[in-house]
Amino acid sequence: MNDTARAVGRSEGRALPIVGLGAIDCDVHPRSPRRDDLLPYLDAYWRDIFMSRDIDHLELMSYPERTRPYRRPGADTSSHEALQRNLLDPLGLEAAILNVVSGIHGVYDPYLAAVLCEATNRWLAAEWLDKDPRLCASLLVPFQHPEAAVKEIERNAGDRRFVQILAVAMGEAPLGRRAWWPIYEAAERHGFALAVHAGSSYRHAPTQSGFPSYLVEEHVAQAQGFANQVVSLVAEGVFVKFPSLKVVLVESGVTWLPGLMWRMSKDWRGARIEIPWVKEMPAEIIRRYFRMTIRPFDGPSDSAEADKAIAHLGAEDMLLFSSDYPHDHGGDIAAWPASLPERLASAVASDNVLATYQRLELDA
Amino acid sequence: MNEISRDIEQRQESRVGVVDCDIHPAFSTPDELLRYLPARWREHARDFAIRTGAPFLGSMPYPRITPGNGMRRDAWPPNGGPPASDLAFMQEQLLDPLNIEFGLLQPLGSGSSTHNQDLGAALATALNDWQVDKWLDRDKRLRGAICVTQEDTATAVAEIEARVSDKRFVQIGVPPRALEPAGRKRYWPIYEAAAHHGLPVSMHSWAFGSRANTGSGWTSFYIEEHVAFSNALQTALTSMIFEGVFERFPDFRLVLVEGGFAWLPPLMWRMDREWERMRGEVPHVKRKPSDYVRSNVWLTTQPIEEPETNRHLYDVLGWIGHDRLMFSTDYPHWDFDHPEFAFKVPLEPAVKEAILRGNATSLYRL
Repeated sequence: MNDTARAVGRSEGRALPIVGLGAIDCDVHPRSPRRDDLLPYLDAYWRDIFMSRDIDHLELMSYPERTRPYRRPGADTSSHEALQRNLLDPLGLEAAILNVVSGIHGVYDPYLAAVLCEATNRWLAAEWLDKDPRLCASLLVPFQHPEAAVKEIERNAGDRRFVQILAVAMGEAPLGRRAWWPIYEAAERHGFALAVHAGSSYRHAPTQSGFPSYLVEEHVAQAQGFANQVVSLVAEGVFVKFPSLKVVLVESGVTWLPGLMWRMSKDWRGARIEIPWVKEMPAEIIRRYFRMTIRPFDGPSDSAEADKAIAHLGAEDMLLFSSDYPHDHGGDIAAWPASLPERLASAVASDNVLATYQRLELDA
Repeated sequence: MNEISRDIEQRQESRVGVVDCDIHPAFSTPDELLRYLPARWREHARDFAIRTGAPFLGSMPYPRITPGNGMRRDAWPPNGGPPASDLAFMQEQLLDPLNIEFGLLQPLGSGSSTHNQDLGAALATALNDWQVDKWLDRDKRLRGAICVTQEDTATAVAEIEARVSDKRFVQIGVPPRALEPAGRKRYWPIYEAAAHHGLPVSMHSWAFGSRANTGSGWTSFYIEEHVAFSNALQTALTSMIFEGVFERFPDFRLVLVEGGFAWLPPLMWRMDREWERMRGEVPHVKRKPSDYVRSNVWLTTQPIEEPETNRHLYDVLGWIGHDRLMFSTDYPHWDFDHPEFAFKVPLEPAVKEAILRGNATSLYRL
């Protein structure tokens, strides 16, 4: 649909529909797998282990998908047909990236984590990606076991439907640490982006004062987790070492980033002797390497004010469309979010996404 | 502009008095504070040390950038002591030339963070005695903060009660990095006492803590620690709102010190959004989270954010409301803000007066 047709088709004051934008949805959550889903992808030893040790559905305490805020009324993520019916078709999506954010990220046993990642990736490929050409996914890799993570990246390098690897915003150690660099080396070599997704493995309390009482506080604290990861990745020199790596912040809230860029750039002017390998203003580095999905969006309800907050980023190509289906943020997911300026819709829905994901190929 | 007119303008400028809400007085020698301790605790400190959750005894967890643990290089007094340890030089370098009408002391002792809370309480009392003796008695412009150990609230409240009659103490100093989020009920007796006595609680960014400084564990670098300073303030504010502190104590006033402020509008948007989404979990939170900020919370300005496009600062000031902000220098630290140069955009005279002076004189009844 061209712009004129869209304008004619819309009655006064009606929200801009997503359908027609050719949108790529960068954050969709299929149900996370249960034991029965994974058994076909396990060898005899691990099948036995999963049975005798009661390893079944793993759900993060910090990201409890069974709770009310994670379920839109009427949501159904049980199968690819459900996604087609509720999301892909009504929004006219060109592609959708599936993110499994489950207890896998919190497993302590590095070998179990590696097996869970591989089995889940195989399940994603067979039960979802093979079923609809529009579906893509984040590759799960065991940060608990970097060597196995590299192997899992290599194993899937030829399957371009896996467009990025997934980490949670609060994990074992800050993401810039050298311990993870072999993972980034493999990811960069094969063109995977690094997605940092809301959630905590609870290796550390989510705040500097321990665990908060309420889930709502923990959701608020996730923004700090993202901010710390941005600072860590820049300060440790990850982008000096891996200049082709892109990082996508998924469900971060977006508007906390400009203040962080200003703060880090100012601190860098005073403290750069500590990190001499960072030779550019952090704000410049952040704009070049980081991208953010648009749902949820922490902003004023008025889209003109939100526009100001977005202008503070200094780069509109950082924003990527996402529905965050099936999570409940209110509103109509088939419509462009009322709090975001419509002029961004076309770039955010498609161009920015295609420019971010080297591996993403749309089905012609 | 010629020399004479510039001179006149500067003198006019300097008539606007400034309230500096964040000055860090220092000890002249490492053991200066110990002299204010009872013999029992002096001996304890000598024999068993003052132990906290930081990995090193006697040095900062993250080495700072400039000598003296991150001091302004020009702040070393001629008498050879550390920066801000000598009142005469503080007067000469800070209070007089910047026309500081009132200077609020933020003593940074590790008392609140000591593992041994009885020692911590003794250190807090010593710190308060030291403020009176070394600073408040010697310069009428200075104001103190009643330092308390928040993990032991009974002792903290006793210390508050013991100091309130000295009106030179204008607030209660509580570090934001407690063992539990600041809004938890165990800390409420402190807030109740603060509200009862009409004293704000100030929470200052804090380099000591028993919990990792990020949700992913300890950062590698000082620059990361410094950027994460506002994390503690954000956490304290979020916790106090969602635990219902401001509902229970509507007169309670909170001041967040040395965390900057550009993080506040996104935090308010985020809290409001998540509250709308999850109100059922926190039915005791009756108002929109940002409403509590607008009625009960103030922030000091340093280290002020410097947007890449200067005028973007106006957006931030507009979203926060200039009635919430109070100027601070953070003297004598390296990232000092000067009242004339900190704001990279011109401010309306009324806004400037409010931030540099009026908001603080009203809040603290100076």
